[in-house]
Amino acid sequence: MQPKPVALKVLDLASIILLAISTYLALVFAPTERVMGDVQRVFYFHIGTAWTALLGFILAAVFSVIYLIRKDLKWDRFQVAAIEVSLVFFLITIVLGSIWARPAWNTWWTWDPRLTTAAITELIYAAYFMLRQGIDDPDKRASFGAIYALLGGLSAPLTFFAIRLFRTIHPVVIGGTNPEADGGFSMTADMRLAFFFALFAFTVIFIDLFWNRLRLGDLQDNVEQLKLKVSM
Amino acid sequence: MVDKATEIKSVKVDGTPARGSFIQAVAAVVWKDLRAEFRSRELFSAMLVFSLLIILIFNFALELDVKTRRSVTAGVLWATFAFAGTLGLNRSMAIEKDRGCMDGLLLAPVDRSAIYFGKVISNLIFMLIVEVIVLPVYSALYAINLFQPGLILVILLGSIGYVSVGTLLSAMSVQTRTRDILLPILLFPVAIPVLLAAVKASNGFLTGAEWAEILLPLNLLIAYDVIFIAVAFMVFDHVVEE
Repeated sequence: MQPKPVALKVLDLASIILLAISTYLALVFAPTERVMGDVQRVFYFHIGTAWTALLGFILAAVFSVIYLIRKDLKWDRFQVAAIEVSLVFFLITIVLGSIWARPAWNTWWTWDPRLTTAAITELIYAAYFMLRQGIDDPDKRASFGAIYALLGGLSAPLTFFAIRLFRTIHPVVIGGTNPEADGGFSMTADMRLAFFFALFAFTVIFIDLFWNRLRLGDLQDNVEQLKLKVSM
Repeated sequence: MVDKATEIKSVKVDGTPARGSFIQAVAAVVWKDLRAEFRSRELFSAMLVFSLLIILIFNFALELDVKTRRSVTAGVLWATFAFAGTLGLNRSMAIEKDRGCMDGLLLAPVDRSAIYFGKVISNLIFMLIVEVIVLPVYSALYAINLFQPGLILVILLGSIGYVSVGTLLSAMSVQTRTRDILLPILLFPVAIPVLLAAVKASNGFLTGAEWAEILLPLNLLIAYDVIFIAVAFMVFDHVVEE
């Protein structure tokens, strides 16, 4: 087994440190929001995980296209890694959002465009893994996975528009104002620092997890090949 | 009508694909499906009875009295079409897989996308036939006039979008271990935009909403149809390759 690359070890360590600092900034350093109180602190990680999850889903769609053109299984491993990490991050986003929504909107859940799109996106990528599980041939699995990830990536924004035909109460903190939004606020300088630091920290954590997952995929492939060799 | 075998042969003789051969190939696939269905009537009767049962269940589940009916008719119709459509989509690809017909189709010297479009059109025809029967039944049962040109347009656009993605996904799901049960799981989350836009537009026509309010979901339906037919057309090769 090839040892873990040094750069990856460094990145692992950096991720842990960044997460610790970001937690401190979000929970202690940033001032308490006037109206919502402490529960607003959820916001920093909520956006941090949401941003990286969306980044991962977009990357996965790009990897799909590259795989379908090149037919190189390397891109399939990239895609799986991106989607798997993003799926978990997005789940964290939804759970954190729900925790915030209980006091802010007085409900755990509402059928708002963002929330609904998030839930459906999770379902799409859960279906993606169910599809992959049902196929044994690696090339076919990769092709079907790439096609489905592409379809999912295209339909998610359309879902958002479709649900917006109904209505929204989700606040938009960064740019844009919605008079019907509930729970919006403007950030102070300290909040902004905690916010951008969280974005940065989660991006690094995402890259770290992505890399680890990629390495796991390579090792899985090696194991498959060794098994084939032994059985022959 | 020309027999399927001679149809394929005429394409083969052409050698280099002529302009008409693509349409001929599509027509051959459609004709094959329609003829097989006309002889067995398995799929059609199942879809029809299934959709009538769904309406029956909705009737009691939602207690469709006069007041509720106004607001939920569009939703009930589209849920019915979606469920019945899944049945048809599953079946149309499963028969190809079961008896090795798909390999025969793939051997034909025509563009693979001709098979896709042929399948889409035949699935669409089955779905539209079911819809054409469900609409008057629903109209009669609940005393609502569903025969409005606007609503028919929405049903056509919505069915096209649903079937175009569904055909692609069913071609994928029949090749997996879980087969039939996988199709709705794959299809529903991806088809949500088309279903939501269709419900919104249908509701708009049924309640006599203003044109501006209907135009938005209608545009979304058209956009969905165009985007997904284009993507399916491009990737279908990868789905059927061996």
